[in-house]
Amino acid sequence: MRQIRTAPRRDPAPSRMAYRMQRLLLTPFIRRLVWVGFPVLCLSSALGLYLADQERRDAITLMVHDIKAAVRERPEFMVKLMAIDGASAGVADDIREAVPVDFPVSSFDLDLPQMLHDVAALDAVARADLRIRPGGVLQIEVVERVPVAVWRNEDSLDLLDVEGHRVAPLASRSVRHDLPLIAGWGAEKAVAEGVALVATGAPLSDRLRGLVRVGERRWDVILADGQRIMLPEEGAIDALEQVIALDQAQDILARNVVDIDMRNNRRPTVRLGEVASEELRQIRLLELGVD
Amino acid sequence: MKDLYESQRAMRAMRKAAMQRGVIAILDVGTSKIACLVLRFDGVDEFRESDGVGSMAGQSSFRVIGAATTRSRGVRFGEIDTMQETERAIRTAVQAAQKMANVRVDHVIACLAGGAPRSYGLAGQVDLENSAVTEQDVARVMGACDVPDIGEGRQVLHAQPVNFALDHRSGMNDPRGQIGNRLSCDMHLLTVDGNVIGNLLYCIKRCDLELAGLASSAYVSGISSLVEDEQELGAACIDMGGGATGMSIFIKKHMIYADTVAMGGDQVTSDISKGLQVPLAVAERIKTFYGGVVATGVDDREMIEIGGETGDWELDRRTVSRAELIGVMRPRVEEILEEVRMRLDGAGFEYLPSQQIVLTGGASQIPGLDGLAPKILGQQVRIGRPLRVQGLPQAATGAGFASAVGLCLFAAHPQDEWWDFEVPADRYPSRSLKRAVKWFKDNW
Repeated sequence: MRQIRTAPRRDPAPSRMAYRMQRLLLTPFIRRLVWVGFPVLCLSSALGLYLADQERRDAITLMVHDIKAAVRERPEFMVKLMAIDGASAGVADDIREAVPVDFPVSSFDLDLPQMLHDVAALDAVARADLRIRPGGVLQIEVVERVPVAVWRNEDSLDLLDVEGHRVAPLASRSVRHDLPLIAGWGAEKAVAEGVALVATGAPLSDRLRGLVRVGERRWDVILADGQRIMLPEEGAIDALEQVIALDQAQDILARNVVDIDMRNNRRPTVRLGEVASEELRQIRLLELGVD
Repeated sequence: MKDLYESQRAMRAMRKAAMQRGVIAILDVGTSKIACLVLRFDGVDEFRESDGVGSMAGQSSFRVIGAATTRSRGVRFGEIDTMQETERAIRTAVQAAQKMANVRVDHVIACLAGGAPRSYGLAGQVDLENSAVTEQDVARVMGACDVPDIGEGRQVLHAQPVNFALDHRSGMNDPRGQIGNRLSCDMHLLTVDGNVIGNLLYCIKRCDLELAGLASSAYVSGISSLVEDEQELGAACIDMGGGATGMSIFIKKHMIYADTVAMGGDQVTSDISKGLQVPLAVAERIKTFYGGVVATGVDDREMIEIGGETGDWELDRRTVSRAELIGVMRPRVEEILEEVRMRLDGAGFEYLPSQQIVLTGGASQIPGLDGLAPKILGQQVRIGRPLRVQGLPQAATGAGFASAVGLCLFAAHPQDEWWDFEVPADRYPSRSLKRAVKWFKDNW
């Protein structure tokens, strides 16, 4: 035997209004309006109303600022000291002066590129590396410029490195008399060649006074007693070696010679001193039989 | 109401527009249920040639994206009886289908079972002006068909050319471009009661929907339930609905006859209600659960509690055996089938080469009908279910949805109707100037 159970079901017919509403909501434009446009409008207007008040805006700005500060003040980001590697004491002092930082400071507040620029702008610094080491150390690694010559310009003495860059001013020549002296207009642009010339002229070192750049193109070697070796533009080292060889063979520099002109390689020329030239003239006259 | 015949061309244009937009709704207004399907047309590129699936008469071009069914109200014998009730029912179905499809539909193709359809066979012939048949000749031969007196207040629902003959060659589908002297055409005209259509149009309009097509439910059930061979060789489709039983005869893929018997499953229900003294709702339920038309020995022992809520114990504890139930149902089903047989005989169905009969529709699901029907309708009877279309929910694949599925096919691939052809030049006012020029040229 089976049961028959009937439950009269109500018809779920929508009202005309509900039907139309549903159709309206299914229209693509209206649908987008309701699901996207209307929420966006509501949100933006609520936000706009909220932000219309200056105090609230300020409060939000302050809050953002506080959060930022809280993050940057965290000990993980604090820089407590500065370490300078590869610099001598004087240069290190200069660097500390060029990069005035009050420690401790947050690493967010350090403008490393600017600091690098400042450090690299120092004369004595050839290359600098800046980084913040774990542990809150501002590490500055410096490669110093090595002075190779003393440059005497119009009113001061400067130390120059091999590239001709000024390293430091020099109070007096006697402080660094181990370095050769160079002078003349444009001497700093040819420091490397000058240093090489001085090295070549090591046999004359006890008499070598310095080098003079002439006309920004060639070197004169100045020896004691005002003797001068005029070197050519090119092949200056060869010419100097030639002179040294000549000196070792014939003691040419020990004689009464004022200038040795090597500007023309094929024809070294010697200018005699006043006495010697008079003597030579007398001898020539004698040889010619002139009384 | 405007003349339906006048608006057919406009409905065709609307159907095209709806297909362009890609969404169209199908509305089957039946006596027992109202079904609404929402179709989406994606274009014909759904399948490639290499898939081995052709255009399949447009079946591959659409997909059912929404389906809803609701109990029908205010419909009797396939005709709208109470407009407000029906309108509400249509609204329910359309809203649910729209909700499932999540898309708004504006165009709807509807079908109706009632309206006392009447079939007419029309014939016309013309002499060809030139030897080759042109579109204008086709238009003229259809214009030459003599329209019978269809009666006061009746409207043409379908007017399909089913056959063209050129001289002595008959059975042509498309005579255009062929050479001959005399073109004749056979046409099938289906008329229904104008008021019935008017009521349906009014209900659909009240639901803010545009009608993009109208079809007879007998016709569309035939489209969906008859397989291609049956349509080609000749078959009858019997759509046993709730309030009306429609029948359509197909041959050479054209419908040549349609009719309706104003009896269906609802009559069976009311018989049960009267015979067993139970309410209609209970009767319907008993019918669907225990109904049948062929009684066996075991049915005498299967007792059904038919119940009641009167408070009278004797009345509320009644039981009937299933054999008794079958005894109530069978005469009515037999009556329906005999009526169908009579109509088919009247239409000359026995002269068709193939006597295939396909039973479909909700009432065809009565168990044992496949044993009863051959006794009345002849040996070649089968119970048919509609074609499967893409995206159709499982719940809507039963025989009761034959006309809804048929409407989908009708929407995707309608048969050429009278109003799909050109208007003959001599009836077209704007052509008169052209004709004057032609006359001028010919005579000077």
